[in-house]
Amino acid sequence: MTKSKTVMIVDDDPDVLDQLRHVLEQAGYEVVSAGSDDEAEEMLLSVEPDVAILDLMMNHMDSGFVLARRLKKLHEDTPVILLTAVTSQTGISFDAPTEDARSWLPVDAMLDKPVRPEQVRNEVRRLLEEPPEAPGHGPPDH
Amino acid sequence: MDKLRVMVVDDEPGMRLGVKRVLRDLVIRMPEVDHPVGFEIEEYEDGKSALERIEYAPPDLLLLDHRLPDTTGMDILDQVRTSDDSDMLVIMITAYASIETALSAAKRGAYDFLAKPFTPDELTSAVRKAAGRLIVQREAKRLAEEKRQVRFQFISVLAHELKAPLNAVEGYLRLINDRSLGDDLGAYSEMIARSLVRVDGMRKLIFDLLDMTRIESGQKTRSFEEFDVRELAEEIVETYRMEAADRDIAIEMHADAPVPIIADRGEIKMVISNLVSNAVKYNRDGGRVDVTLRKPDDEIEIKVADTGIGIKPEDLDKLFGDFVRIRNPKTKDILGSGLGLSTVKKITTLYDGDVSVASEPDKGSTFTVILSAAPEKGEE
Repeated sequence: MTKSKTVMIVDDDPDVLDQLRHVLEQAGYEVVSAGSDDEAEEMLLSVEPDVAILDLMMNHMDSGFVLARRLKKLHEDTPVILLTAVTSQTGISFDAPTEDARSWLPVDAMLDKPVRPEQVRNEVRRLLEEPPEAPGHGPPDH
Repeated sequence: MDKLRVMVVDDEPGMRLGVKRVLRDLVIRMPEVDHPVGFEIEEYEDGKSALERIEYAPPDLLLLDHRLPDTTGMDILDQVRTSDDSDMLVIMITAYASIETALSAAKRGAYDFLAKPFTPDELTSAVRKAAGRLIVQREAKRLAEEKRQVRFQFISVLAHELKAPLNAVEGYLRLINDRSLGDDLGAYSEMIARSLVRVDGMRKLIFDLLDMTRIESGQKTRSFEEFDVRELAEEIVETYRMEAADRDIAIEMHADAPVPIIADRGEIKMVISNLVSNAVKYNRDGGRVDVTLRKPDDEIEIKVADTGIGIKPEDLDKLFGDFVRIRNPKTKDILGSGLGLSTVKKITTLYDGDVSVASEPDKGSTFTVILSAAPEKGEE
């Protein structure tokens, strides 16, 4: 077994952070978390995560985008998942349906909040090019 | 200086030159806009070239001679009216001042009418009137658009703020539903407690939102009465005493005498409650809150000082905006809607007053509200 992969999570909602951490740690990942884009930027100077999950709307409407750009500048190969809670409710759409639109977005996947635990695990696995979760195989029992 | 584009269409060169001379140096000032407005003039001698230009780039004002070599001013009016969605205003010029021509021009959408020969004053006054109308109209449109934008932004943020606690609770419920910590219910007490906290926060947001819209809409009849702010403040402080005592925070009132005010009791209560509640919430355990009331002249000063986490200088400016919550590790476990201080600000404005804050990180914050003791009432 190789060293476990590190997932960075950034969200200004402490409960969402708590839940993501829980889901990812149970799936066997190392988790580092930040409660704001500023905190995350500082953290990125010393940490190179294998995947980053960023909330879109933090201090600003587009904090997640800005952070994703900065992250890619520092760590070009780190895939980024953007969490959005805006598409469905405000008409502000960040959907990127075409290959062309996706190519200029600094993100590799988008998930609409609220995200289900298996969605998060699946996306992270896919971006890390790990084999998909075996069907019916839940988290380990305690 | 903003310039309005004026197009003169007349086949007499002397007339075009005259108009140009008069308007070139004309500057008007309107109370609706904060800058003076000047004019730039384009000349055309026939209908065809004028029409081409209007279609390409409609001017703000069109000074249109009725009699043209290739067409009439009326024909041009008919054509620009159907092809044009600009707010261009037309002043018709004609050599024979007849009521029929004037009426006919007005029917075709001309804004005003000048009879040849006209004096520079007549020209200036007609242009002034038309420009004034354009400016007021555009300013009103701009303000309406701005208001729409602000409203849209407010609703977007509100939707986000309402959805966040739902997402958090749903997230916990899913983890519980998946038995992610095993079958023992006790293992989930933290998740359940956090869910309840978020539900509480959402309820508070809804209440604060209702308070705020009530104040903003001005629909609730404000009921003014004379009462003692000191008495009200003492009542409010009592309601927070338990919560404060739990964290060993002392609340003390300082007011030597009654502080009479003529005001809506509910509004003043909201102001003091919000400030005292914040002073307790953002305090350190074992800290203190001092509520000081003073009545200098016709004003009332309410000061609420705490010994809490304080506010960074760069965060002070945005503090009174809608949905502003200063997020940092120190505030992450404190619930708030981000509407309390913006509501305080809105209420103080209703009383010709103001709210200000002085703060030092890790030392504490002091909020000072100044209200007029006998405000003009009922004129919303």
